[in-house]
Amino acid sequence: MMLAIRGLTKHFGGIRAVDGVDLTLAKGELVGLIGPNGSGKTTVFNLVTGICRPDGGSILFEEKSLVGLSPHRINRLGVARTFQNIRLFRNLTVMDNVRIAHHSHLEYGPVSALCRTGRFYREEIEIQEKVENLLSIFLLQNRKYEIAGSLPYGDQRKLEIARALATEPRVLLLDEPAAGMNPNEVGKLMEFILGMRERFRLTILLIEHQMRLVMGMCQRLAVMDFGQVIARGLPDEIRENSKVIEAYLGEDVPFE
Amino acid sequence: MAESLRNLARILAAYALLAGSIVLLAATGVVNPYWVQILELACVVAISAQGLNVIYGYTGLFSLGHAAFLGIGAYTAAYLMKTVGGQSQVLFFTALLAGGGAAAVIACLIGLPALRLTSDYLGIATLGFGIIMKVVFDNADSFLPELGGARGMTGITKMTTVPWVVFFLLVSLLIVRNTIHSSYGRAIISIREDEIAAETMGIDTFRYKMVGFVMGCAFAGVAGGLYAHLYAFLHPSNFDFFKSIDILVIVVLGGLGNMSGVLVASFGWIFLLEGLRVVLPPGYVELRWVLIPVLLIVTMLLRPQGLFGTREFPFLRGRLYR
Amino acid sequence: MEYFAQQVINGLQLGFVYALIALGYTMVYGIVRLINFAHGDVFMIGAFIGFYTIERYHLPLALVFLSAVAGCTVLAVLIEQLAYRPLRHAPKIASLITAIGVSLFLEYFTSLRQVFGPNFYSFPRPFPVVIWEVGGILVTNIQAVILVVTVLCLLFLQFIVFRTKMGRGMRAVSYDYVTAGLMGVNVNRVISFTFGLGAALAGVGGVLYGIAYPQVNTFMGFMPGLKAFTAAVLGGIGNIPGAVLGALIMGQSETMVSAYLSSTYRDGIAFVILILVLLWKPTGILGAPRAEKV
Repeated sequence: MMLAIRGLTKHFGGIRAVDGVDLTLAKGELVGLIGPNGSGKTTVFNLVTGICRPDGGSILFEEKSLVGLSPHRINRLGVARTFQNIRLFRNLTVMDNVRIAHHSHLEYGPVSALCRTGRFYREEIEIQEKVENLLSIFLLQNRKYEIAGSLPYGDQRKLEIARALATEPRVLLLDEPAAGMNPNEVGKLMEFILGMRERFRLTILLIEHQMRLVMGMCQRLAVMDFGQVIARGLPDEIRENSKVIEAYLGEDVPFE
Repeated sequence: MAESLRNLARILAAYALLAGSIVLLAATGVVNPYWVQILELACVVAISAQGLNVIYGYTGLFSLGHAAFLGIGAYTAAYLMKTVGGQSQVLFFTALLAGGGAAAVIACLIGLPALRLTSDYLGIATLGFGIIMKVVFDNADSFLPELGGARGMTGITKMTTVPWVVFFLLVSLLIVRNTIHSSYGRAIISIREDEIAAETMGIDTFRYKMVGFVMGCAFAGVAGGLYAHLYAFLHPSNFDFFKSIDILVIVVLGGLGNMSGVLVASFGWIFLLEGLRVVLPPGYVELRWVLIPVLLIVTMLLRPQGLFGTREFPFLRGRLYR
Repeated sequence: MEYFAQQVINGLQLGFVYALIALGYTMVYGIVRLINFAHGDVFMIGAFIGFYTIERYHLPLALVFLSAVAGCTVLAVLIEQLAYRPLRHAPKIASLITAIGVSLFLEYFTSLRQVFGPNFYSFPRPFPVVIWEVGGILVTNIQAVILVVTVLCLLFLQFIVFRTKMGRGMRAVSYDYVTAGLMGVNVNRVISFTFGLGAALAGVGGVLYGIAYPQVNTFMGFMPGLKAFTAAVLGGIGNIPGAVLGALIMGQSETMVSAYLSSTYRDGIAFVILILVLLWKPTGILGAPRAEKV
């Protein structure tokens, strides 16, 4: 198992935001996490990546417990994420956004940096090449010196994924990567994510509202409502599940 | 290797040229000793302002107690020089480093708890620390009589010279430039931009906050040592809240996270203060502090992002590739 | 024991004055997230208005308070509109530096010989001092006046914040500035009103301070201002009862340090307490924790 979540629980005041969630991801799987707004999906992400500490349950990543580790330790173990409300380093260039993510793999020491040794320059060039490769996969190479906050929305989403990948993760958590994209862009994004998974041998957990994307590419789905997983299975099974349809009543009909 | 040596040679040449020409101008009487002293003061202020620029401009840590670290460095260096005695340049250099070291150690101790606070709360905590240090300096004579307490510390040798201040200013600029334009600097800047995102990208944000804070405070400590041996007299009021504000104003006017802007603003600020003293007719010198706040308010209204934007002098743009 | 009780009374006197200043800091911070450094100087202006109305014009005490309130309110509203409003959407630090600029300007401009002058002036007694002895503890009528006036001000403030339309606007704006605007709250008016209200309380505080510690100087606002702000942070900034609580703690601790240790440590103790409290509870004693949405 890449990621195994058991009985995960988190309370905020009297509200059980996450209430006994079980979820597993096998190596190379692409699993979708869906559910109405406020059902606790993002909180699951926050718990896995260490931004909040769970009140109960366990999170195992390659058999190592992530509970109680700080977010940067979790990232260094190989878990990266994107954010629902895009958290780029807005005032820095596209290039620097991705370069920062490389920091945990840095080899030169502070003295090398201060004295500008040959080793410093060699590694900086290596970093630059790596970043440019990554950016060209995302078709962002022509924007590398632009300020991240000035990119069009879709590019910002892509840049955030690129930045997450630069930390060289094995598990990637994507929080609504298609939010705010038009159908054309969503189509491209789907191809993209699938390509990514192939190329970097990723295991992906994905939160999404756009059912076309979820149904089209996820191998398995888990549906959350009021902090609990109310259904899980293949996309086609979920489509027919009465509990899921009930949970979504009153929201925009998700299945077109 | 050859490249590094060539770099070193370039830096040394620049240093010799800068320090040499000022010394020459002073020796030939083109610049009188009064203005030389002002220039030395401006360099000292520039070093400590560069320190606050690292803390606030790059790391994004709001500090309202920078002058306290200046004071820690000043009293440490002066105490060392005074108790050992003599006028050895080597001792002076050691004392300055000790001043920077003392400031760094105290910054570490304060930072461990305080850097967990966010934005304004950190500002208030550092403000509080500044005022506590002022009280400590005021009462310092009760545990170390040499420090003089509220009466001020005398018996300090005048050791600070143009070559020393220019040397430390250049070194501090090089350290900031080479740090900021490296992966370590990018880690520091990412904290200012978005701490949570930085943390999830594998940056140990607490550690790099500490690095930025301690480094900036160490600069202040060294600057404090130079300051102590510039006027050969120390008084707790040299390091009160207003001095912290002075440095903050310089950094904001110069532009947060802009080395060149902060450098220019440091000199501009000191020469403005002294220049007004010369320009204003006698008896109107107190008008200085009426005009300066007005200038400050107008500047903020017209250019809230600082006077110099984001452009850097060529020698402060860190090249990452040869 | 009597000595201790006496110090408690003295500490209360100081704490109540701090509370009047702290309220202005806490309300303004709660609404625009600005440390209004000029607030301590508005307090100083209040004290000087008290000084002139008593010394020169021999006004009755009620009118002295009224003129200080009016003067300070007008001044604060002017400062807000001229200096802070244009910067409301600029980086926060620009407003802070401007606040510091306004503070320096008020201090140095008023210390010019043509304005108030740079000296210390002794504050005239508006009424003869009467000392009562209650169980071995000395209580003055000054302390009684401070107690009564402060409590009246707090009740008045409570009324405004919780019983008037403007108060509802203040609470809405401090909760969420943008949404309050969308809901039809006139944000500009609320902010001006808050500055004015805070300044009015500081004006009352200035006169009381002058009566209790009978000396005025144009730089007198700095330290009390800083300490009152610290008191507001201590109690939980943006929280009105918190500001009063913080101010009372501040008054007690300072008085106790002066009485039992040495008055040279007085200025330090407030900040030692502050730092300890912030480490234990980063948002202050009564402050609600603020979590960032991720």
